[in-house]
Amino acid sequence: MKNYSMFDVIGPNMIGPSSSHTAGACRLGKVAYKIAEGDIKKVTFLLHGSFGKTYKGHGTDKALVAGILGFDPDDEQIKYSFQMAKEKEILFSFVEEDLGEVHPNTAKIMIEKADGKELSILGSSIGGGSIIITEINDLKLEFTGEYPTIIVSHKDRPGLIAKTTAILCEYGINIAFMRVYRYHKGQNAFMIIETDNEIVPEVVGDIKKVAEIDNAYLISIK
Amino acid sequence: MSFTNGIELLEICEKSNKKIYEVMIEKEIEDTGLSEIEIREKMTESLTIMKEASLKGLTEDIKSVSGLIGGDAKKVKERNEKERSVCGPLMSKAISSAMAILEVNAAMGKIVAAPTAGSCGIVPGTLLTIGEEFNLSEVDLINGLITASAVGFIISRNATVAGAEGGCQAETGSAAAMASAAIVELMGGTPKQALDASAVCIKNILGLVCDPIAGLVEAPCEKRNAIGAANALISAEMALSGVGSLIPFDEVVEAMYRVGRCLPFELRESALGGLADTPTGKRIKKEILGE
Repeated sequence: MKNYSMFDVIGPNMIGPSSSHTAGACRLGKVAYKIAEGDIKKVTFLLHGSFGKTYKGHGTDKALVAGILGFDPDDEQIKYSFQMAKEKEILFSFVEEDLGEVHPNTAKIMIEKADGKELSILGSSIGGGSIIITEINDLKLEFTGEYPTIIVSHKDRPGLIAKTTAILCEYGINIAFMRVYRYHKGQNAFMIIETDNEIVPEVVGDIKKVAEIDNAYLISIK
Repeated sequence: MSFTNGIELLEICEKSNKKIYEVMIEKEIEDTGLSEIEIREKMTESLTIMKEASLKGLTEDIKSVSGLIGGDAKKVKERNEKERSVCGPLMSKAISSAMAILEVNAAMGKIVAAPTAGSCGIVPGTLLTIGEEFNLSEVDLINGLITASAVGFIISRNATVAGAEGGCQAETGSAAAMASAAIVELMGGTPKQALDASAVCIKNILGLVCDPIAGLVEAPCEKRNAIGAANALISAEMALSGVGSLIPFDEVVEAMYRVGRCLPFELRESALGGLADTPTGKRIKKEILGE
């Protein structure tokens, strides 16, 4: 059973009108923003179920774009996110789409970066502003962003998990949950590490320096 | 200081001779590792957002994203200022403040979900009004919010506060129950009286469906926030007078949960039944969403 804080009950502090359709949508966008690491040129949002049906009336569209700009769910600029994205010359569009057997409030966020790289994130807004990410670049995985989370993309080789956790150990960071995923044996893989401690950027910097680790991202969302 | 339901909470309060908010603070410290000062700072932030939302809705020209609602809170406020209110100035203020906050929410303004965005007007609308009318301090109001959070915690843990699961009774019913307990404690009532007031709030609207027009958190949500504020005040008045609840709080919460489960999908925030399914409701949906 989840341990409710008083701020889960009196909270979240958010921009209306709906915790699942607005606050949760903003968080989904923000995870994509963190993984993209800037230079976003074009975003396509595929909206499933209730997201697809009601996104205009609930400001889901504005909240998703605000997330892509790096805003938190309680940022009053969410309302103006379209204009701000245009100023940054980020193209965005919304497509209602059946994404299959997923939660009714699900979005697939497809990003094109200025350097031509592409990435996609699939996630759902599961109530009260909470989210769950279930795919990155079509690889099935799972994390919520409720804990400070490090995502490491790496080659599937012996010892990389040990090297990564050794770095966390050096900084005195306790791992709450950790899972590993891969496409195929020996190919590209992901580690998802959820921690009890706040993570300073140096940790991620050190992890990135390890050979055969392609990248590391810090996801910390309000 | 852990508790999971109303009986356990009252036992702790009685044994240690503490108020609900004191016990809730101890629980929060245990669960999160935050200090009391940090908890109070965080709650002050929430209170500030609530105050700003109420003021904004009562003084600015608000229009919701869809255009369905806006400006109604001001109408109630202006009537109360110009004429003799039917239900008395305090009640009138509380309902206009609750409506104001819901309007700000619908216009993509900043609010605190309490416990949800759809019911965000009830707790602040009543507490801010009581604070003004009885000259309560900010510390009092924060204590009130913490008492409210204890009631909301028990309902979230043992039932639900989501309209999609339990209907409007679970959203505005829980918000009223939270507000009512806070008002009782702020007015000097006992923890038992506070939970009696909460029980009465939920009993008063047991079975209320969630049927938002066009699926938007606007109508009838705004008016149900007004009635939720009234529900909280009426139930607090009864509890403070010594009127108890025949059915204990925990059993009322359980009954609310079971009633919620009996509600068909159409009446749980799907916008397929109730007011959403009336000819006018359907016409409005078509106009807004273009379907």
